[in-house]
Amino acid sequence: MLNLTIDGKQVQAEPGWTLLDTARQNHIDIPTLCYHEAVEPFGACRLCVVELKVGDNSRLVASCVYPAEEGLEVHTMSEKVKNVRRWILEMLLSECPASEAVREMAAEYGVESTRFEVKNPEEECILCGLCARTCSQVVGANAISTVGRGPSKKIGAPYMIPGDDCIACGTCLTVCPTGAMRARFDQVRGVPAVVMARSGK
Amino acid sequence: MQATAKKTGQAKLGSLEELEQLRGELTAAVDPDQTLIVVCHGTGCVANGSPGVTEALKKALADAGEDIKVVPGIKTTGCHGFCSRGPLVIIKPAGIFYQQVKPADAEDIVAQTIQKGETVERLLYKHPQTGDTLSTTEEIPFYAGQQRVVLQNIGQIDPTDIEDALRAGAYAGAAKALTAMQPSEVVEAVTKSGLRGRGGAGFPTGVKWGLAAKHGDVEKYVLCNADEGDPGAFMDRSVMEGDPHAVVEGMIIGGYAIGANEGYVYVRAEYPLAIKHLEMALADARALGLLGENILGSGFNFDIRINRGAGAFVCGEETALMRSVEGKVGEPVPRPPYPSDKGLFGKPSVLNNVETWANVSRILERGWEWFAGLGTEKSKGTKVFALVGKVNNVGLVEVPMGIKLRNIVMDIGGGVPGSDHFKAVQTGGPSGGCLPWEDADLPVDFDSLIAAGSMMGSGGMIVMDDRDCMVDVAKYFLGFLEEESCGKCFPCRLGVPRLRETLVRFSKGEGTAEDIDDLYSLAEAIKMGSLCALGGTAPNAVLSTLRYFRDEYEAHILEHRCPAGVCKDLITYSIDPEACTGCHACFRACPQNAVSGEKKKPHTIDESLCIRCGMCMESCKFGAIQVV
Repeated sequence: MLNLTIDGKQVQAEPGWTLLDTARQNHIDIPTLCYHEAVEPFGACRLCVVELKVGDNSRLVASCVYPAEEGLEVHTMSEKVKNVRRWILEMLLSECPASEAVREMAAEYGVESTRFEVKNPEEECILCGLCARTCSQVVGANAISTVGRGPSKKIGAPYMIPGDDCIACGTCLTVCPTGAMRARFDQVRGVPAVVMARSGK
Repeated sequence: MQATAKKTGQAKLGSLEELEQLRGELTAAVDPDQTLIVVCHGTGCVANGSPGVTEALKKALADAGEDIKVVPGIKTTGCHGFCSRGPLVIIKPAGIFYQQVKPADAEDIVAQTIQKGETVERLLYKHPQTGDTLSTTEEIPFYAGQQRVVLQNIGQIDPTDIEDALRAGAYAGAAKALTAMQPSEVVEAVTKSGLRGRGGAGFPTGVKWGLAAKHGDVEKYVLCNADEGDPGAFMDRSVMEGDPHAVVEGMIIGGYAIGANEGYVYVRAEYPLAIKHLEMALADARALGLLGENILGSGFNFDIRINRGAGAFVCGEETALMRSVEGKVGEPVPRPPYPSDKGLFGKPSVLNNVETWANVSRILERGWEWFAGLGTEKSKGTKVFALVGKVNNVGLVEVPMGIKLRNIVMDIGGGVPGSDHFKAVQTGGPSGGCLPWEDADLPVDFDSLIAAGSMMGSGGMIVMDDRDCMVDVAKYFLGFLEEESCGKCFPCRLGVPRLRETLVRFSKGEGTAEDIDDLYSLAEAIKMGSLCALGGTAPNAVLSTLRYFRDEYEAHILEHRCPAGVCKDLITYSIDPEACTGCHACFRACPQNAVSGEKKKPHTIDESLCIRCGMCMESCKFGAIQVV
């Protein structure tokens, strides 16, 4: 077992655990959006950042991917950590204002409104890519992809052409943290390779 | 190319002795006292017409008859560095330096210099300050202030000819490493040399190699990062174009040191000449047995492949580069695990940039003690900079670490046109920052630049004068990074556009002092929260300009004024009636028909029609148009 401290509390971790695993096993809450147990951690949403202090130096790391190490001093609610989370949440409020999950999480950090321009009040997608990763790593269908890069990044079928790779299993709908996949499902699914017979009628 | 092997009839080299014997034969075949015309075929000179100069010189030589003993006659080389004076022609062995040569000058060069040994006065470099005419490379301040290590062969050798490279000592370092040293000794030598990665972060190269080497006998890779994409930077391109063997040799040494049998060069597809020369170098090295199975009889197998990048800036980030080589989307992945443990295809890998690999060749050739004697205590060796912007001598310069910023810009660079100082020097590309004239005596090394709020980066150096607006510059770099962000992590994808948007408001004279405080807070969140160095360093552009030019920001926000006269919303153009001759040039140039006036009478500009494109100012020969 590895010994480390989180927020001043002595905790133990199994080798191979991440800092997020360790915190959750010890009932310490760290917010996440792009994380899901079913797929490999991705480190994209950065809401799970924690501060590591080594002597006078400190840095922020994503707890979902950072391995637990012997003797680490971890802070999950330091000013630096809160500064990152508040800004991300405020920016998410302007990007995807329709997402209830984002609004709730933002409210927990005292972010009730955004100073930034709202481009699409209907938008829910936070572009965490969880749908695409689950489709690839769990279902094995690779029917969903992130398309483009930077501010023009989107979620859709590869090349934005609905494909027959989608087996309409609905896993992406289940894992989506904001419900945004509902509006995109038909843009991903082409003509299914297998058309299931309907019962009745 | 197989052509080389055919030309010499040289079979694959089986040992160090055979390599040295070939090198000796090649060297003996060339008389160093023979006249040789060297024409720069770097990208800059080629764009300025140097191939035409070469053709004209060949024709002039042929026309002049056979009494001219020039063998091989004309050599075309990589970039000599002095790009703003190209096309460049050097006559050896005297070292006469001709600049801005045109095909029409060829006959005079042959008739006067080659046949009579006299210089062609009009083609010589004139010192801009003293007015002296300087006839050789060594006399020109641009070259005199430099110390060429990485660039030592560029401008000397024909990069497409492995024989020429061998004469200059190519593969001597690799041969020494493979035949006389244990891999651990190679790692130790590079560590002791003090070489730090030239890609930007300055991580100790030998330490990185040691981390990968310790994994023992498993599949490993070495990679060369040739995805140079910083605006204004062309160091790596010039090294690959001008001395590709230095890169290949460095990678052979690195592969041997860590125990890798395969190497990849990730080079952006925008560099076709670099790719061509690298391909030729690889083929030539293979033909001579310097790549492939059992190199020089050492039992070490190694080969290199070229991977073309599709032009995404983020693919220069090491983990994103490796994903791209694997054929996946070029997005960074969090570290740890570090690539030295789990890199390309999940195997231990070492990635260094072009300049680092070229340095490795020199270190093994001349010994780590020599390299450790160059530069400063913590930054050893030299650094190649692409000096561009508002500077008289635009080009590629190599200087010892620790040299003052002032020496680079004012002495080697020949100063700023129309001014006795620079306003700012942008170093480190989009990840770096702007340093002011007050920092002119700052030693240029890894740690001093970081302490000053900028960074070494890969070596771009953009000189700016009073007509460059710092808000505009920061806006430009943020715009670049916004477009080039992969968009994977939220602080970078969401935060960088917001930083830029704030600056856009500033450049329109909107915003408040509180906005500056918010900017600091958001910048901190992006720096601390981003997944990779692209986002982590993106705020540097705005933070460094705020640190040194805060008054300029305040002029925009509080006084609605752009002191440099750049931000379109805050400036107006007007015509000085005293200076205006009524020549009508601005009248014709204005795309909006905003200029009115009769010929030979002072003109005026209608502000409501003006789009502030500056065409009138550019067209005016009398300095009558002012920016207010």
